[in-house]
Amino acid sequence: MPSEEEIFKTIQETLVEALGVDEDEVTEDATLVADLGAESIDFLDIVFRLEKAFDIKIPREELFPQDILTNAAYVEDGKLNEAGLAELKKRMPFADLDKFAENPKIQEFGNILTVGDMVRFVASKVA
Amino acid sequence: MRWFWLDKFEVFQSGVKAQAIKCITLAEDHMHDHFPFYPVMPHSLVLEGIAQTSGLLICEYYKYKQKVVLAKINKAVFHCLAFPGDTLVYKATVERIDENGTVSSASAYIRKPNGEEVLFAEVEMMHAILDDSYSDKKQFSTRDYRNLMVNMKVYEVGVEADGVTRLAEPEEFKNLD
Repeated sequence: MPSEEEIFKTIQETLVEALGVDEDEVTEDATLVADLGAESIDFLDIVFRLEKAFDIKIPREELFPQDILTNAAYVEDGKLNEAGLAELKKRMPFADLDKFAENPKIQEFGNILTVGDMVRFVASKVA
Repeated sequence: MRWFWLDKFEVFQSGVKAQAIKCITLAEDHMHDHFPFYPVMPHSLVLEGIAQTSGLLICEYYKYKQKVVLAKINKAVFHCLAFPGDTLVYKATVERIDENGTVSSASAYIRKPNGEEVLFAEVEMMHAILDDSYSDKKQFSTRDYRNLMVNMKVYEVGVEADGVTRLAEPEEFKNLD
């Protein structure tokens, strides 16, 4: 089983190739959308590369549970409600959602995923 | 639709792989400007031809119900130049298909008169499947698709994903006059 450092290194290489960013930009704290400029189609590319690199299967909704954002039971006035946040935390245990939870605007959801979150997600899949 | 950058399919396995050819001729307008007195097939149009090869493969897989657009070129490496009189062979393989998009890899070759194929380009690309927010937009008509696929010999050479069963035209095609 690869160490977290090895997983980080592979994810770093993946993001450099998929997003055309420099290696030193891919830090643990960097967010994929805001800092590294990932667009929606890039996530498909990244997921495909990670599946090949780690020989795992990554259902898209596991890494990006966007269905929560379109579920009327979880959204009020463009923000996730308590139940929505609870569901998001349950579905994304690898992500640090504290900052997002302070003002859970749907439009900010794309900005929450960091490189560190991806490392923890992959670590949970290869464990 | 006249933006055709391939001439016909030689291999077509539904949702799996396709092989198409493009015969380069000096009659194509762009060859006179690219470049004056030195006509070279633009690599950007080769990419378009490869995108059409894998794009039509994906369109057929979804039985022309989805809107498929080229979204990203992950890699494009060209090894040489192609000139009028050359036949390009595009070989595309679908690596992954899901409801959001596809990843394809492809190689292009120059087919020599003796049948030998020389590696010309290596490409990886992604096509996006447009979501419901584009449902009011029509990409191509059923008639356009039928004419395109029939003229490009898809249903003469095509097989289903199992590689054996002959590919049949969808019912919508048969109902057109």
